[in-house]
Amino acid sequence: MRLIPKLTFSLLAIALMSMPATAQDLTGTLKKFKDTGVVKIGHRDASIPFSYLDDKQRPIGYGVDICMKIVDAVKTQIKMPKLKVEFVPVTSQTRIPILTGGNIDMECGSTTNSVERQKQVAFAPTYFMTGTKLIVKKSSGIKGYDDLKGKTVVFTQGTTNERAMKAYNDEKKLGINFIPAKDHAESFLAVETGRAAAFPMDDILLYSLRASAKKPADYEVIGEFLSDDPYGIMLRKDDPAFKKLVDDTVIRLYKSGEINKIYHKWFQSKIPPKGINLGFPMSDALKELVKNPNDKGVEACGKMRC
Amino acid sequence: MDFSVFFQPAFSGGGIYLDWVLSGIKWTLLVSILGWVIAFSAGSVLGVLRTAPLTVLRAPATVYVEVFRNVPLLVQMFIWYFVLPEIVPKGMGDWMKTRMPMPEFWNAVLCLGFYTASRVAEQVRSGIQSIPRGQTEAGLAMGLTRAQVYRHVLLPMGYRIVIPPLTSEFLTIFKNSSVALTIGVLELTAQAQQISEYTFRTFEAFTVATLVYVLITLTVTVAMRALEKKVRVPGYIGSAGK
Repeated sequence: MRLIPKLTFSLLAIALMSMPATAQDLTGTLKKFKDTGVVKIGHRDASIPFSYLDDKQRPIGYGVDICMKIVDAVKTQIKMPKLKVEFVPVTSQTRIPILTGGNIDMECGSTTNSVERQKQVAFAPTYFMTGTKLIVKKSSGIKGYDDLKGKTVVFTQGTTNERAMKAYNDEKKLGINFIPAKDHAESFLAVETGRAAAFPMDDILLYSLRASAKKPADYEVIGEFLSDDPYGIMLRKDDPAFKKLVDDTVIRLYKSGEINKIYHKWFQSKIPPKGINLGFPMSDALKELVKNPNDKGVEACGKMRC
Repeated sequence: MDFSVFFQPAFSGGGIYLDWVLSGIKWTLLVSILGWVIAFSAGSVLGVLRTAPLTVLRAPATVYVEVFRNVPLLVQMFIWYFVLPEIVPKGMGDWMKTRMPMPEFWNAVLCLGFYTASRVAEQVRSGIQSIPRGQTEAGLAMGLTRAQVYRHVLLPMGYRIVIPPLTSEFLTIFKNSSVALTIGVLELTAQAQQISEYTFRTFEAFTVATLVYVLITLTVTVAMRALEKKVRVPGYIGSAGK
């Protein structure tokens, strides 16, 4: 029986000696990748075209593509070409607890980088710039936020748009009746069936929801921006090594111009599953961010006071 | 753990987060208790029909019970809320979707009530059927009508027999009421979720929700025990030796 501890010890010694130099320096998430051989990516199911499921239920999108570039960079850095990728579906509500709990290592979706969320998580450099607007039925006659007085508004739980809209409602005393929904598809369904008059969401997501609706011409996206929403890949906080790798990868995509190709693929070409083309050229705000990348967050209440 | 979060000013609505919990408790109680009123009344009628000697009465009740207890509650919730307004005449559907007051709440009450009714019906049926046949026959022989036999012989005893399983159903309806959050009722679980989202205090939010659920169900249990004791028939089941 004495053999076993000895054997364990020798095995341990051999394992330690044979480990590549970098592995010893690995910390945090990078070490986790090396130890488990798996990188877990959180994705969304209806954040078109950032992170959604195609007709074969595989996660795809602009955010997913960028995340896969990061996975490539991880493989090189930890010298593990066979690193496996596991996709985990998350919702607006679950994304932060699942990430901080360790069940995903990064979230590639449509997450606004807000100052409030930065208390819990870290963000990669902003990869898209959008803001809150409203989608309504054309026949509703709603032209702006103030027409929502006394109306029913549906929101996706856990979004910054919910907060921006509620802050606006409190400030202007509109007496809006809010109903919560689980995801963007369900929120849009509430507008489609007439249960809610409007749905406040990031404008790009509203355009894609409209494009994939049964009768796109029945809906319009209206209003001034109620908030600015910079999107970024979400990472765990206090993990400088992984954060640096992610930042470097994203900035490299920006500097090399590769981002333009990825952007064109998702925003200006036909995308699965229905082959729609969003026809959404890169905004000046995003061009500026590509030139000078940053991971600054915004206030959670949009343009209102919190 | 930091429970002071409940005393911080809430993001929206002007109160503190504790107000969100209280509002959640209010809706949990309202949905469950109103749902139980439906469940108990409809369930009693259905349970009696399930034991009726005529097939025309028995069959519809059996169909009802099998449909409502075999379809998952969550699916039923979605059918009430999303599907029903689309299949009724358009005017009524529009009313259900836009002009009906608190549509999420009433849909949740109806759904929970009619779902639980199927389960209550089975309890009531088993209560009635556990009474020896001879009692029914004795009643009829004495000149009572069948309705009178139910009223004076079967039901008074049957209900007493099924108090313990009915207590379970009553407890279950409080817990099942959390399914209402999927159609947008901001009951206790939904509020706990919201608080955890706004404050990132997931652990605290759900700890409080758990404690409140336990408190509610324990209260119900104690009340039902008291009821059981109060109405028991001396010398009959369950009371021997007490």
